[in-house]
Amino acid sequence: MFKSLQHHWFSNIRGDVLAGIVVALALIPEAIAFSIIAGVDPKVGLYASFCIAVVIAFTGGRPGMISAATGAMALLMVTLVRDHGLEYLLAATLLTGVIQIIFGYLKLGSLMRFVSRSVVTGFVNALAILIFLAQLPELNPATPGVTWHVYAMTAAGLAIIYLFPYVTKKIPSPLVTIVVLTGIAMYLGLDIRTVGDMGELPDTLPIFLWPDVPLNLETLAIIFPYALSLAVVGLLESLMTATIVDDLTDTSSDKNRECKGQGVANIASGLMGGMAGCAMIGQSIINVKSGGRTRLSCLTAGVVLILMVVFLDDWVSQIPMAALVAVMIMVAIGTFSLSSVANLRHHPLSSSVVMIVTVIVVVATHNLAFGVLAGVLLAGLFFANKVGQFMLVRSEVNEDGSLRRYQVIGQVFFSSSEKFVAAFDFKEAVDKVVIDLTHAHFWDITAVTALDKVVVKFRREGTEVELIGMNEATATIVDKFAVHDKPDAVDGLMGH
Amino acid sequence: MTNVVACIDGSSTSPAVCAYAVWASKRLNAPLKFLHVLEKTDTPVQTDLSGNIGLGSREALLKELTELDEQRGKLLIEHGRHMLEAAKAQALAKGIEHPICQQRRGDLVDTLRELEAEIRLLVMGKQGEDGDSLGDHISNNLERVVRTMHRPILVSPHDFVEPKSFMIAFDGSPTTRKGIEMVAGSPLFAGLPCHLIMVGNSSAEMQERLRWASTMLESAGFEVVTQIIAGEVKHVLCDYRDAHDIGMVVMGAYGHSKIRQFLVGSTTTKMIRHTSKVPLLLLR
Repeated sequence: MFKSLQHHWFSNIRGDVLAGIVVALALIPEAIAFSIIAGVDPKVGLYASFCIAVVIAFTGGRPGMISAATGAMALLMVTLVRDHGLEYLLAATLLTGVIQIIFGYLKLGSLMRFVSRSVVTGFVNALAILIFLAQLPELNPATPGVTWHVYAMTAAGLAIIYLFPYVTKKIPSPLVTIVVLTGIAMYLGLDIRTVGDMGELPDTLPIFLWPDVPLNLETLAIIFPYALSLAVVGLLESLMTATIVDDLTDTSSDKNRECKGQGVANIASGLMGGMAGCAMIGQSIINVKSGGRTRLSCLTAGVVLILMVVFLDDWVSQIPMAALVAVMIMVAIGTFSLSSVANLRHHPLSSSVVMIVTVIVVVATHNLAFGVLAGVLLAGLFFANKVGQFMLVRSEVNEDGSLRRYQVIGQVFFSSSEKFVAAFDFKEAVDKVVIDLTHAHFWDITAVTALDKVVVKFRREGTEVELIGMNEATATIVDKFAVHDKPDAVDGLMGH
Repeated sequence: MTNVVACIDGSSTSPAVCAYAVWASKRLNAPLKFLHVLEKTDTPVQTDLSGNIGLGSREALLKELTELDEQRGKLLIEHGRHMLEAAKAQALAKGIEHPICQQRRGDLVDTLRELEAEIRLLVMGKQGEDGDSLGDHISNNLERVVRTMHRPILVSPHDFVEPKSFMIAFDGSPTTRKGIEMVAGSPLFAGLPCHLIMVGNSSAEMQERLRWASTMLESAGFEVVTQIIAGEVKHVLCDYRDAHDIGMVVMGAYGHSKIRQFLVGSTTTKMIRHTSKVPLLLLR
């Protein structure tokens, strides 16, 4: 126990503390930006990021992963905040946490195996696109306060972010961007939108706060659909990020513990006046890149974030929105999977379609859960179609034409059953047919019904049918559902 | 339950570990296996604190980290192979016919747990790889190994001296009684003079138990000296060991819970810590 404690917390102190500080600096603009997406004061996102990062450091299942307020979650809250207000968001956050803990105990983390690589890639790309799209209002000339200054500032910001590392890699370039752009805006007295214009910033540490909503079924009916979406999307993004961090660090993680940990972190966030959050792909990559490996880096990120915001709130409110937009564009670009575009040509068409459909559904609905659902369903259908092609019926007739022997090879199930029935020639007048199922597998009742249909049809033509070589699995499912050896049921099957 | 397994880690104790393993392997007439476990270190060397991510950052980072691990992994395997080769050469020179070498990746304790079924006796150094700087302290690994494994463990001191006599720390508990039976039935100590020591104030019950143990050993052909000495366990055992030039100390290990150890300290840990010249055989 001592060894794992040491290993999970203090095996890489210098790297973790430095990475935690780098992550905290990048978390501040993100938390503010995501609060603005959700339509709440920046302090809600900042408190959330603090609570989630600190709590997940202890409860999470993937050391080295960063969790905080995220764009994927913020996008789901927009209508809840607009229609019902902040207090209902806090209540939904609590419920989200509870649902996630239940999912963790039910070990639903293992359901991730149904989410194929293409769906994960689609999710990541869709997330990147959504984060980018969320920045567009700040660049829309119709928004009051957006002048050519904003475009110039954003372009300068991006230039600093990507060029400054060539000067030195010791100072985080997003921080340089924010400091330089804030300095320029204040020095020139530019009349552009700043963080202070977006709402209230934290001036104290978060305090315990029970959401001020009536505890009745009506409230539950309002928040439950949101909480469920939040719980699902939060776990999806967290588990995907955990897999990415697993790959990067070549270590393994406890996915079900991560589900429960996310739940606990969200409950803590809800009780401290924060919004729901989850793991962040971009930030976790930044953390690993900066040398963070253990739980300590996430804890450091949370603590540094709240200290900086609380003590520097006058300065934070002066940050121009253009600087945040530049940082968020960087996050969007960094989240996007470049190789997925390059691979479009090499991967099978079906995987590419799954990926693109996932992206389209997410961008259209602004709900990552719908995109993943569409992707998983489509991937399942493609798979069923592919496996259905592994079914073949061969036949040969004996010398005097009285007996035909059919040999069925491969998988018979809903997708291939029609092809299965069509492979038999009912017009041929033979005395007897033998259907050899030695190399076939019957998976579901559709397949069994199809076999019944074939047997009954032959019988009605006056042909004797013999089934041979059903392997064990086929026998079990045929025994359970088949009707051809139960005479009364035949009429039902034939639709009389 | 066939092999004598020696854990080789490349520290300055490794030659002694190897020598004791050879000694035990010859006495037990059991095959000798050298084990080197490659524990993963995941501390990154370069620091890029630029905090920015761009197109393809994840792919580039994965590639970079993989290459780093690959180089480091190759070096470690190479290094470990050299250590195993050295141990093998030492064993061959002393007349062991077919010493086996094995390299495994992972945590030492997990690896040993996997191999437990084939281990008859485990030989380890008192301190780990970085132990040369630990002074009297024992490595974190050793205690975890001793608590996890259910096989006899020989803790080797820094230098090898062929044991000419041995002493059993006996307290009459079921663990040590089983230990007496094990010693009596094993060829490991055959022919060596045995000192059977109980610590505490002499009582009829203790003498009764001591008599049982010495009869057991004598019937197995051992020449036994028995003693009951009052005092603090560690001091008594160490003083007796040094005064009588004992070649190996045999005792039960970690008879009590971790909580008790936390409160009152563990005799086993103290004894391991004071094993600087004489090997210690721990029986679970």
